[in-house]
Amino acid sequence: MSTELKRTPLHDVHVGLGARLVPFAGYEMPVQYTSIIEEHRTVRSAVGLFDLSHMGEIEVRGEEAVSFLRHGLVSDPGALEVGQAQYSMACNADGGIIDDLIVYRRTTDRYWVVCNASNREAVVSHLEALLERGDFGCSIEDIGDRTALVAPQGPNAAALLAELTDLDLDAIGNYRSADGDVAGVPCLVARTGYTGEDGFELFCDARRAREVWDAVAAAGERHGLRPCGLGARDTLRLEAGMPLYGNELNRETNPFEVNLGRVVKLDKGDFVGRAALSAVQQSGPERKLIGLRMVENAIPRAGYVVRADGADVGHVTSGTLSPTLGDKIAMALVPAGMAGIGNAFEVVVRDRPYRAEQVKLPFYRRPRD
Amino acid sequence: MANPDDLRYSKEHEWVRVDGSQATIGITSFAAEELGDIVFIELPEVGATLSQFATFGVVESVKAVSDLYSPVSGEVVEVNEALRDTPELLNADAFGEGWIARVELSDTAELDALMDAAAYADETA
Repeated sequence: MSTELKRTPLHDVHVGLGARLVPFAGYEMPVQYTSIIEEHRTVRSAVGLFDLSHMGEIEVRGEEAVSFLRHGLVSDPGALEVGQAQYSMACNADGGIIDDLIVYRRTTDRYWVVCNASNREAVVSHLEALLERGDFGCSIEDIGDRTALVAPQGPNAAALLAELTDLDLDAIGNYRSADGDVAGVPCLVARTGYTGEDGFELFCDARRAREVWDAVAAAGERHGLRPCGLGARDTLRLEAGMPLYGNELNRETNPFEVNLGRVVKLDKGDFVGRAALSAVQQSGPERKLIGLRMVENAIPRAGYVVRADGADVGHVTSGTLSPTLGDKIAMALVPAGMAGIGNAFEVVVRDRPYRAEQVKLPFYRRPRD
Repeated sequence: MANPDDLRYSKEHEWVRVDGSQATIGITSFAAEELGDIVFIELPEVGATLSQFATFGVVESVKAVSDLYSPVSGEVVEVNEALRDTPELLNADAFGEGWIARVELSDTAELDALMDAAAYADETA
């Protein structure tokens, strides 16, 4: 079996910048260019530029596209206006999470579902199976290979992008999008991201990704821009309390356990996973995703055991030294009844328990003006 | 950064600077660069007995946890306390300020199992 890694259209750029490339979700992706900590700080203080072309894009179009998506996803895309986006999830019949994703309403009867690269096939299969079962007047198409995604993220992203487009960026609010040219290349310009900062995601034809990247990078020199890799993306999203599929989310976890019950719209009519999720909502989730701050000096990592009063009660789903806060932080799944801000836990690091305290999520919230 | 000529090197990317019956040990610049930003180190305790090529501590970068393997056997007589609060010294000056421990050597013949700077440079080329 071939295990050859796929490359994004910006692969040569990353090599030229001296990025450290690692296998990720079947792609060869930049994990860092210079330093994860420097890249992380650049996104918090100025603007970082990410190549996210590995992400999956699926187009759903047709008169009944919206009723199809209402069946296939746990949220209610019926609430979306044209140009609006929505965080959502696809769950299986047991209520387990197949993927978390963002739905963009492009036109009246055309939607984009943007999912994790590692779950692209799973999401496509989930939607195709539903399409075969029901009599939906719509079609789906995996457009991931021909769609690139370049993401300037950080407080300077809007000022930078304004130099490259005629779009009125002030009119594109958070979780909104618009079609327009960036440096002469047609893009879907979306005010979405995964860093906890203001920022944009620019979707374009893969063949023109280089033009967009180069123009943003060049204009970015005046705005303190740095290219940023997946390493910084991970620490940024963790500080912002955002879940990562494979860490916080998987098929054995339901949305209510990870504080995403608000995304699930049980009263919108039938959808895949509704019965199971309705039962969870009724009884309350058994586990809860919490934030931990280490009181003692050790770095919590995914998979480490969490204890309370000497007993093993759960596990760390993600952990790191927070570059912004300087604290050692983690998200962890514990029995719901044990959760409470200020509660004491221990994280077992190399066979020794270290004290930790439950703190509010997110760990970091960006200052708003 | 060039590997100093007066040091001996292990395949696990530690260095040794011998001074009489004692030696200072650390990780190489190559190792520090491969690890990325080092944010934590678990040092051995003074008085601990190290065995050549066995683990004696842990370094953590933002993304990864890595074991430290001692290039020599002996008793730890001093550790670099500065690394507890400023582990980034390992990135900034791996062969100098980023030293990890001083060891009373139990068997100087073990040094023959280590590489000189030229051999280590080939190893990491």
